[in-house]
Amino acid sequence: MNAVDRIRRSLLWPMLRKEFIQMRRDKLTFALMFGIPVIQLLMFGFAVRLEVRHVPMVVLDYSSSSESRALVTVMEQTQNFRVVGPVKSYDELRDAIESGRAKAGIVIPPDYMKNIKRGRTAEAQMIVDAADPLGSSAAIAGASLASQVRAMQLNPAAADRPLPLEVRVRPWYNPALRSEVYIVPGLIGVLLSLTLLMLAGIAVVKEREHGTFEQLVVTPIGKTSIILGKLLPFVVVGYVQMTSVIIVGKLLFDVPIRGSLPLLYLLSAPYIVANLAVGLLVSTLVRTQIQAMQLSLFFLMPNILLSGFMFPREAMPVVAQWLGMALPLTFYLNILRGILLKGIGFTHLWHETLILSVVAVVLISFSVIRFSKTVQ
Amino acid sequence: MTAGAQATSGTIDAAPAIVMDHLRREFGPLVAVEALTLTVPTGEVFGMLGPNGSGKTTTIRMLCGLLEPTSGSATVAGFDVRTQSEEIRRNIGYMSQRFGLYDDLTAWENLDFYAAVYGLVGRVRRDRIAELLQELDLIERKDQMASTLSGGWKQRVALACAIAHKPAILFLDEPTAGVDPAARKRFWDTIRQLARQGTTIVVTTHYMDEAERCDRVAFLSRGHLIALGMPDDVAHKFGQKSIEDVFIELQRRDEGARV
Repeated sequence: MNAVDRIRRSLLWPMLRKEFIQMRRDKLTFALMFGIPVIQLLMFGFAVRLEVRHVPMVVLDYSSSSESRALVTVMEQTQNFRVVGPVKSYDELRDAIESGRAKAGIVIPPDYMKNIKRGRTAEAQMIVDAADPLGSSAAIAGASLASQVRAMQLNPAAADRPLPLEVRVRPWYNPALRSEVYIVPGLIGVLLSLTLLMLAGIAVVKEREHGTFEQLVVTPIGKTSIILGKLLPFVVVGYVQMTSVIIVGKLLFDVPIRGSLPLLYLLSAPYIVANLAVGLLVSTLVRTQIQAMQLSLFFLMPNILLSGFMFPREAMPVVAQWLGMALPLTFYLNILRGILLKGIGFTHLWHETLILSVVAVVLISFSVIRFSKTVQ
Repeated sequence: MTAGAQATSGTIDAAPAIVMDHLRREFGPLVAVEALTLTVPTGEVFGMLGPNGSGKTTTIRMLCGLLEPTSGSATVAGFDVRTQSEEIRRNIGYMSQRFGLYDDLTAWENLDFYAAVYGLVGRVRRDRIAELLQELDLIERKDQMASTLSGGWKQRVALACAIAHKPAILFLDEPTAGVDPAARKRFWDTIRQLARQGTTIVVTTHYMDEAERCDRVAFLSRGHLIALGMPDDVAHKFGQKSIEDVFIELQRRDEGARV
């Protein structure tokens, strides 16, 4: 018996045909394919800014001189600060920071101008609300940049002298350091995981709830046909969703596509299968669609927090890094960013591909074995 | 004579359709079916009666291969329920009170799907579907979504799906629950007609008028077979006028035993 006959006999076709008809009529699937990606993309693309700009700052200027005003101007020019107003006393400055009106405050002492004129080191104090580490580090970086710039301007002779050491930074792949370039490719992985887990999780449970599963089990259709018939359409859903994120990401956020798209689609297959397998596993653990959804959402937080989607894994404690290694998304992110942003090829990605493929095979085998027991 | 029965006529024509031998099923500490021994001859309409929790549905589910027996054995259409569930599935039809229809498919699409899953292809499938729509008077409803069909129509579509492959044996688990009396009567006319054509029918029901339309009935109570025979004989045996009175009497005893 050849492969075609075997597939025909396995009754996969009727199952697939039915699933596609149902999918066409299911608004949820359509929303998940097109609506959710676009909404998420807009949210993450526009709202999430990992680099902090325009920290609100108040100015306590006891010097009230041309020099002190020049310093504030330079600080604003770094774009790390936005002056929200002058204050008249230290208490008022504290109040501004405590109320949240400002995240930083600069204090310029009365002798600031005098010290500069006399060639002495002039000092100014920067108060930073470090409760928010991202904002405060931007303020700290901005303050030291501004002081260097102003120092150079005041002492042009020093500026002309060659520095003993200079490190030139060249930001590769994302020279403008735009967050969306970093976030949008990763979003493909997060969305795929969320959608596929949810769809695969509820697919079988839905049939159980409606009593059609029991009906299916008494027909000659095999377990493999049921599983493949259920999951294959979701592979299509995954690719459509992925494509819509790539297109919108390109049009709206100018996210580059430097590598080979066919390679990206090919290497996405094990990731898609792994997620569908987890979804199938979820469906064997729960009784209702609601439970399936909740259990799927349970995977969302670790995916966002531990995979390196938003926060660099290098900054995480070792335990969190190890936990992140258990998530398929961690490896898939390397593939996504590697191909889209860096334009690298398979030679640099075989490691990730191998891990994902092994994970996919193990998960799907485990799910299928468990599935057979619950058919009973 | 149905095609399904013809296909296996060499082995089962004279042989009984279903044989149960000390069939038993436990759910943890609870014994749902206790050592049931029963034979259903080919072509019979066999009714299984009993209060909720008496083990009717569990028995049917074991015979269809939905549940594995804890001990004992059974054959359906000559095949062993433990080892030959594949063969059994090809030879039986099953319909439960939940109907098993896809709400988001039309009547025709449901029928087409189940017919395909039972291995009917191409022209054979198209012809069989046309025949079923005709026989069960479903032509007008064929393009209606299953979710919008009333109970009676759903029941007929579900029946059509269950007999698409002309099974030798048809299992009906409370098929008329929640269906109006006119639809029930029509349903039973179809059942009797299938029986005349040689299909063996095993049906569970709570409706006593239906019980009286069976050739034989078995009364189950808390997993035990307590009476077996033609409906009138069973009523006699219990000293009651009708099957309904037997049922009420049994239920009373059952409740007494539980307290």
